[in-house]
Amino acid sequence: MSNLDKILEKYPFVQRDNLIPILQDIQDEFGYLSEEAIIKVGKYLSLPTAKIFGLASFYHHFRFNITGKYHIKICNGSSCHVNSNMLIIKEIKKRLGIRGEEVTKDGLFSMEETNCIAACGEGPVMAINERYFTHLSIEKVAEIIDSYKSLEE
Amino acid sequence: MFIDIEVNNKKVKANRGETILEALNRNGIKVPTLCRMDGFTPTGACRMCVVEVEGKSGLIPSCSHPILESIKIKTHSPRVTQARKMLVELLLSNHPDDCLYCASNGNCELQDMAVELNIRERRISGEKSKSNIDQSNPAIVREPSKCILCGRCVRVCEEIMDVSTFDFYKRGNNTAIATSMNKDLNFSNCINCGQCILVCPTGALTEKTNFDIVQQMLNNDDAMVVVQYSPDIAIALSDELDIRPGRDINGILNAVLRRIGFKKVFDTSFATDIAIYEQSAELADRIINDENLPMISSCCPAWIKHMEQTHPDMIDLVSTTKSAQQILGTLIKSYYAQMENIAPEKIFSISITPCTAKKFEAQREEMTRKGISDVDAVLTTRELIKLIKLYGIDVNSIQEEMADKPFSTRSSAAKLVSATGGLAEGILRTLNYHLTGKELSNLKITKLRGLKDRKEVQIKIGTQEIGIAAISGLKEANKIIAEVRDGKSNIHFIEIMACPGGCINGGGQPFKNDEKTIKGRSKYIYDLDEKEAINVAHKNSKMITLYNEFLEEPLSEKCIKLLHTNYSKRDVLL
Repeated sequence: MSNLDKILEKYPFVQRDNLIPILQDIQDEFGYLSEEAIIKVGKYLSLPTAKIFGLASFYHHFRFNITGKYHIKICNGSSCHVNSNMLIIKEIKKRLGIRGEEVTKDGLFSMEETNCIAACGEGPVMAINERYFTHLSIEKVAEIIDSYKSLEE
Repeated sequence: MFIDIEVNNKKVKANRGETILEALNRNGIKVPTLCRMDGFTPTGACRMCVVEVEGKSGLIPSCSHPILESIKIKTHSPRVTQARKMLVELLLSNHPDDCLYCASNGNCELQDMAVELNIRERRISGEKSKSNIDQSNPAIVREPSKCILCGRCVRVCEEIMDVSTFDFYKRGNNTAIATSMNKDLNFSNCINCGQCILVCPTGALTEKTNFDIVQQMLNNDDAMVVVQYSPDIAIALSDELDIRPGRDINGILNAVLRRIGFKKVFDTSFATDIAIYEQSAELADRIINDENLPMISSCCPAWIKHMEQTHPDMIDLVSTTKSAQQILGTLIKSYYAQMENIAPEKIFSISITPCTAKKFEAQREEMTRKGISDVDAVLTTRELIKLIKLYGIDVNSIQEEMADKPFSTRSSAAKLVSATGGLAEGILRTLNYHLTGKELSNLKITKLRGLKDRKEVQIKIGTQEIGIAAISGLKEANKIIAEVRDGKSNIHFIEIMACPGGCINGGGQPFKNDEKTIKGRSKYIYDLDEKEAINVAHKNSKMITLYNEFLEEPLSEKCIKLLHTNYSKRDVLL
């Protein structure tokens, strides 16, 4: 049985209010919501995929693309924003050679801008695979990314 | 249960339980709206309908606020009109500035609103929305930058069609309308019915036009350009072109089409009679052998696509008869081409229909023979009106003419097919003939008439009780299919039309689809059925000749080859 089936098995009652918990479980398991997964959930709950996609796209939490080995979440909440996080984002993009929220060619890094991650006093903030980095500056972020890159060499 | 309310310092009566907007409209006060649709619960998305209510600090959206005892309303106070004006100015601030080149120019509610509110200068200028135009679908074109997010397409597709091709995508400033996984329309489960085009207030959803190719072919001397027109377009046309009541619209249409330059003008209703004749023969066969029942109608291409993708287990139950447009298309390029000694590839065959899904149907692979399409281009009623205007034809001074032989006669049953329940009625009449050799004692089957989305009737034919259902709107279709799966057995034939009300309310009809207009269109058809002498398909004289000379008899080998088709499971993103 595939992991997807195992997740659906946890929700034996076919109710539409299970949709968000199911999607959360899928993202925890696979890192993103694939087309295949959305189709399967749609069949299971008798929901059109457009509706599932519409709902999931409403929440910033859900992703539809595979992430890199190191997934960078950079906070774009108001506090980080006024603390010049755009400069940090620019630096990350430059360092990784990506244009937006995408995965680097080697599949190592991906970046996404998130809503407030509740560390406003420490901003600008980012997290790489749930490890948090605070009080970022251009130099600091460059250093962090380089250190992750060197891990792979 | 009237209660007194005060509107603009005047006392008026309102019903308990209705919304402010309904009370205002009933009292002849027009309040602009952009997201409201007849028969749908209000969403209050566009805020155009705001009014001032005494005692409330903010403006109140009248579409979704109930009438209260002795409420005092101002509908056009300076504050209200200012707010509405501001809303439209904001909508225009990022709207593409290409009205003159827009497909919806002249049919745009946003444009009308800007005129009504006297917006004469650009006070707010924002960054213009840009988007790719989605031309992938053969019937419907999407231009998301023109979308004002009213949500009408989302609701029609979900609540009437139960298809849900569209939904809101992302949120806040980034909100857009998108298909599943944000793909192009041809990958989606869109059934091409075009109901979203009818409700779209701007040019964000339009039909894919075949206008240019038709014009080009009309000027091509080598091509034999023939046209067929569907029975459903005539009545809509008379509204739109102000044809004087009482004149024979079909006659005028024949003359107009010849004036435009079509070499031959055929009446699709002729083929509708064939479709009824074939389908009822098929139904009679299935009833006698008691197999593949209930038979489900096949003439609505939107329903057929829906069936192939959502209910592929029903394929065996669906009639194999092609739709009238495709039957005539086939006959033009076989029988007619042979008769006139023209090579089929020299014929450019155009069909005018009230339907956007027919554009999709015409390019289905099953609808070609030896690489030649049976129908080369499909125009909607709206495109025809443009064509008539382009050629500057005054419809009121033109003399009526006959359609061209050999496809010129029809029964009134062929006309009935335009309204929901009409096909079922026509088939019952001919089925009775197939099974008993006699005519029904009462041809008019009132239980199948009217705009209700589901109608059912039981009729005795010979010794057998025959059950017939007529469905319009795919939501009801899904319900009855579920019943069939569960073993519903008192029904022998199900007519399914995707558009609510049938083809008279098709996605290619003029942008006037309120209930009154649709009722008017159906009344015209029912009146014809009363007035005319030939009311059953199997008495269409030219059709009988055609069967005698060429097709032999219904379901003959030749008929199966030419007039019947097959369906296959379709893999789309449901």
